[in-house]
Amino acid sequence: MSKEEIHHPTAKQYFRIAMVLSVITAIEVAIFYLEFLGYWMVPILVVLSTGKFALVAMYYMHLRYDHKLFTYLFVSGVVLATVVIFAIISLFSFGIGRW
Amino acid sequence: MSTDVHNNNTHEDHDYTTTGLNHRKMLMWAFLGSDCMFFGALIATYLVYQGKSLVGPYPIDVFDIPVTSVSTFVLLMSSMSMVLAYAALTQNKINGFRIWMASTAIMGATFIGFQVYEFSSFSTFHVDIESCAEQKVKYGKFDDYEAELCSNAKEDHVETHDGLKPQTNLFGTTFYTLTGFHGAHVTLGIVWILSLLFLSYKKGMITPERHLDVDLAALYWHFVDVVWIVIFTVIYLFGVFPFPGS
Repeated sequence: MSKEEIHHPTAKQYFRIAMVLSVITAIEVAIFYLEFLGYWMVPILVVLSTGKFALVAMYYMHLRYDHKLFTYLFVSGVVLATVVIFAIISLFSFGIGRW
Repeated sequence: MSTDVHNNNTHEDHDYTTTGLNHRKMLMWAFLGSDCMFFGALIATYLVYQGKSLVGPYPIDVFDIPVTSVSTFVLLMSSMSMVLAYAALTQNKINGFRIWMASTAIMGATFIGFQVYEFSSFSTFHVDIESCAEQKVKYGKFDDYEAELCSNAKEDHVETHDGLKPQTNLFGTTFYTLTGFHGAHVTLGIVWILSLLFLSYKKGMITPERHLDVDLAALYWHFVDVVWIVIFTVIYLFGVFPFPGS
């Protein structure tokens, strides 16, 4: 066994993470029905889903325990994708018809 | 996969490469990073065209959040099942590995079943308004799609069976493209998992020393899970949120 594997979570920890992910999903759905939150719903849901994303990537995909280069490869893809999303939205929201 | 690689490297995570890291694992992470951009482009396209459909049905008419929440839960649990399969293999518990791999494939197939049900219910979506005048009196106002149908109708009774198809409107096109590609990824993942499960019955093919074969499939499977986490929030939950102009 390599050194990294020794630090991998146990089956019990994997189960706990799954429970946390399920609870966050349940909270997301509950928030969705709370109409009085209005626009506050958006940042709350973004934070919750980012948390779920991070939990899966760090623990299930073992990024927390693996070599940092794997994290850089994946995170650069995620960051580029986020930049692309905001760039395209900005382009279509403010740029159409200007040239 | 080359047999030599396995014979020469007991610890596949530590190949004698320029980086000291296994090339296959590095390639998988580079692929996942690039796949993020692929899904990013599809999500961006969906968001750009959100609220730009000229005819219905619209997201608020067809999305069924409780059903999609259940399918999201199933996919999350399949990720747990996958990681437990990997853990069982590294502990040389081959029967445990097989059980968890089978349950991952079953949950993945269940998720696809939900998607097939969703696509089929969207494509057969219909509206039947007995009387536009009565409906207006009864509920005070229509939702957007009903109002649109009533305002365009020549008679008081409105009935439509067009459903939501990829060619119906911009919402249909972008929604089916995005979720369809995700579904294709999940389907490929199921095939990969089942292949590993069958290979585990062949002696020497799936062993703790060759855990990387399962690790790569697990990485791919968790990736389709994280993509769905984003799709569920951005497409489904935000999809029915009344943004201005939507």
